[in-house]
Amino acid sequence: MNDFIAARSQMALSLGFHIIFSCIGMVMPFFMAVSHFYWLKTGNVLYKNVTKAWSKGVAIFFATGAVSGTVLSFELGLLWPEFMKHAGPIFGMPFSLEGTAFFIEAIALGFYLYGWNRFNKWFHWFTGVVVGVSGLLSGILVVAANAWMNNPKGFDFVNGKFSNIDPIKAMFNDAWFSQALHMCIAAFVATGFAVAGVHAFMILRKQNVLFHSKAFRIAAVFACVAALLQPLSGDISAKNVAKLQPSKLAAMEAVFHTEKGAPLIIGGIPNEQTQTVNDAIRLPKLLSYLAYGDLNATVKGLDSLPADERPPVSITHFSFQFMVALGMFLVLIAVLYFIIILKKRSWQEKRWLLKLFIIATPMGFLAVEAGWTVTEVGRQPWIIYGVMKTADAVTPMPGIVYSFYIFTCVYISLALIVIFMLYRQIKMVGQLYDIPQQENIA
Amino acid sequence: MLYVVIAFLWTSIWFYLLFGGADFGAGILELFTTERNKSRTRRTMYRAIGPIWEANHMWLIIAIVILFVGFPLIYSTMSVYLHIPLVIMLLGIIARGTAFAFRHYDAVVDDMQVVYNRIFVWSSFITPLFLGIIGASAVAGRIDTNAHSFVQAYIFSWLDWFTVAVGFFTVAICAFLAAVFLIGEANNEKDRIRFINKTRSSNIIAIVFGGLVFVAAQFEHIPLVTWVFGNPVGIIAIIAASLSLIVLWYLLHKGRTKILRLLAGFQVTMILLTVTYEHFPKIVLFKDGTYLSLIEHHGEHKTILALGWALLIGSVFILPALFYLMYSFKKPKTENS
Ligand code: HDD
Ligand code: HEM
Ligand code: HEM
Repeated sequence: MNDFIAARSQMALSLGFHIIFSCIGMVMPFFMAVSHFYWLKTGNVLYKNVTKAWSKGVAIFFATGAVSGTVLSFELGLLWPEFMKHAGPIFGMPFSLEGTAFFIEAIALGFYLYGWNRFNKWFHWFTGVVVGVSGLLSGILVVAANAWMNNPKGFDFVNGKFSNIDPIKAMFNDAWFSQALHMCIAAFVATGFAVAGVHAFMILRKQNVLFHSKAFRIAAVFACVAALLQPLSGDISAKNVAKLQPSKLAAMEAVFHTEKGAPLIIGGIPNEQTQTVNDAIRLPKLLSYLAYGDLNATVKGLDSLPADERPPVSITHFSFQFMVALGMFLVLIAVLYFIIILKKRSWQEKRWLLKLFIIATPMGFLAVEAGWTVTEVGRQPWIIYGVMKTADAVTPMPGIVYSFYIFTCVYISLALIVIFMLYRQIKMVGQLYDIPQQENIA
Repeated sequence: MLYVVIAFLWTSIWFYLLFGGADFGAGILELFTTERNKSRTRRTMYRAIGPIWEANHMWLIIAIVILFVGFPLIYSTMSVYLHIPLVIMLLGIIARGTAFAFRHYDAVVDDMQVVYNRIFVWSSFITPLFLGIIGASAVAGRIDTNAHSFVQAYIFSWLDWFTVAVGFFTVAICAFLAAVFLIGEANNEKDRIRFINKTRSSNIIAIVFGGLVFVAAQFEHIPLVTWVFGNPVGIIAIIAASLSLIVLWYLLHKGRTKILRLLAGFQVTMILLTVTYEHFPKIVLFKDGTYLSLIEHHGEHKTILALGWALLIGSVFILPALFYLMYSFKKPKTENS
């Protein structure tokens, strides 16, 4: 492994780690607020217990998310100083606004976690909502920064010099909306299915069933609504990518040769040597239609690009297919769940449904990681699309490989500890919250 | 607007030193507390900093964001040459932040707590040590942009007697801030006395390290004496700090905790003022005599304008909320046993 690959891997590792925590930090407050709302409205102590149990989890995740985010804000410079030297002033606007959003989030979280029985109960509830809203806002802002890397706007680039900088224009680039929308929904999908899966598991094990049922309901409804919306937003994203980054689209769909009325390729193994895709299902003309809304539109292939401007095909293609497949599976679960609810059947007795949810526990997050791999790897070799190559942005310091090894160890141990802590939280539910097993559902 | 941005940069460093510093200091004090009293120190600390500790560390993020948006050349240069101490500091931040949360929120109390504690106290020590080293390296004039070897460029840019002395001085200051702060948080006489004694010892240690910084500067041929005493602001600040220190020692036993806190904060502020005033606006000094300056090496005008407005508008939301948070959790002095 050379230093350049190490730097990229370290960035990917840190972001891949952070994104899990930030999704949870963005979404869990909403779940908590709903449960908290039911508690204030109905006085059913189960909802209070659910809220408190979740808020402990959120505190753990928030701290881990905060430190991994802090690391990222340094890593941008530690690994990509050349990039930050030029990009900082241009795409920095969302980051500086994000600082405010984070700050408000941290303050509101202080109120919320330590504010039980201290404040007016609606004020206390409201601080929880503020945590969620500012978390979501910071997610949108940071994705707008990333979108700028895909669709650099708001400056003139002449003779290798950046001039005439307009940070506001840079923030509202053409990619920010589709990316931010897709990301926010993704956060709900991923967190929702992860939480629902854990509670489904406990219901099947018949532990504190009433408690876990309440929790499951809230998470599952959020997750399923979001899962149904996700393909729609994904379609918007894909059309946008087709317009703004034809090279990424070509890599995603493994289009080696420019083609009119291009087929949609499902599955298959791209061979970058022979420039073919083997063993794939081809749906004629569908790709042209999906990307441009026209069955006979021309889809640019990788052969339209110079050899040193082609993104890696296999990784991008596989990741894209993986994300879409997961997305479709989650849509299926969502449809089944809504059918059962609408027919007023008792979902708790449908063991197969709960089992489906357990299987889906990691799927949202896997889709998130796959989706980001599409976005980031599909942009290669550019760090700023069409403007700066990733290889030109990397730090001159040798020995990044070691830094990568160290951070890998740190992140692996952190992940293990967090899992261990969550396991303990869940195991202790019965003792911590003294749940009245016979209590009726209010 | 540039000056607004610089003021925010200075303020976030200042607040990070005060609030983040007290927060690190609590861990450092725990490191130097006898086994018997450790858990009491810890409990006092939770009560004191639990609700606001996330917010305390946001100041660092704000400072970093201001740097990379407004002063990208400064940010990227420091990132390159101070890579190693920055990484060590980051590892410290990771370890500390997570250990704090873990030991606080873990559902089961068992031997794992010992592990979290150990990580917490040691990272509380390491992180400010390297923060001090990083700050000192920026102005020590050791960063060598023409270096030909790895060691010259990436090690000796930040490692010498001066920077290390400043690092330990920073650690001592953090401990001092925490000790003063905790006097007011103690809920019984015995703890109060303990924290008063800690204040004394950490203060003496800070003064000793402060002296060592001067010795080390002499040794490394850094004109620290002229930096500090070469201008009226520096001299006045140092005199004011010394006077307030005398008042602080006099008041230690009088139970005027608010005034004690103000005095301690004042001293640290004066120290920061002294070291930054002489250098302003130069923030990074290189070995060959060139430098990076906040006035000359900033981002484009429009960026600074946008950044300044973002900070101003942000503070309209943040500051009242933050003060209300601190106020709310200070108010009821319950559990007075
Ligand atoms: C729960 C997660 C999840 C699910 C189920 C899906 N996605 Fe996705 N996708 C993401 C999570 C995600 C993501 C991690 O959030 C990405 C990465 C960057 C971004 O904006 O969103 C993403 C990126 C992304 C991109 C690239 C956007 C860009 O580079 O600007 C496209 C074209 C799609 N997605 C399309 C889809 C389609 C057609 C789906 C059909 C089911 C789908 N996604 C499901
Ligand atoms: C604002 C948000 C983001 C910024 C500013 C950003 C920035 C970067 C940078 C500077 C690199 C290194 C250059 C490169 O290889 O392209 C990179 C790579 C990468 N990032 Fe992002 N990123 C963002 C969001 C994310 C997220 C949330 C993920 C989630 C998992 C992610 C995944 C990756 C991956 C996988 C790579 C490695 C690409 C490769 O190996 O080819 N990025 N990103
Ligand atoms: C280069 C990329 C990124 C940087 C530099 C970054 C920076 C940070 C920082 C400094 C924090 C800590 C703030 C705190 O204490 O609350 C943080 C937390 C957070 N980040 Fe990121 N971030 C990046 C990518 C992302 C992405 C892609 C998302 C989401 C889509 C995201 C969403 C969040 C959220 C919601 C939090 C709050 C933490 C929590 O609630 O757990 N970040 N980030």
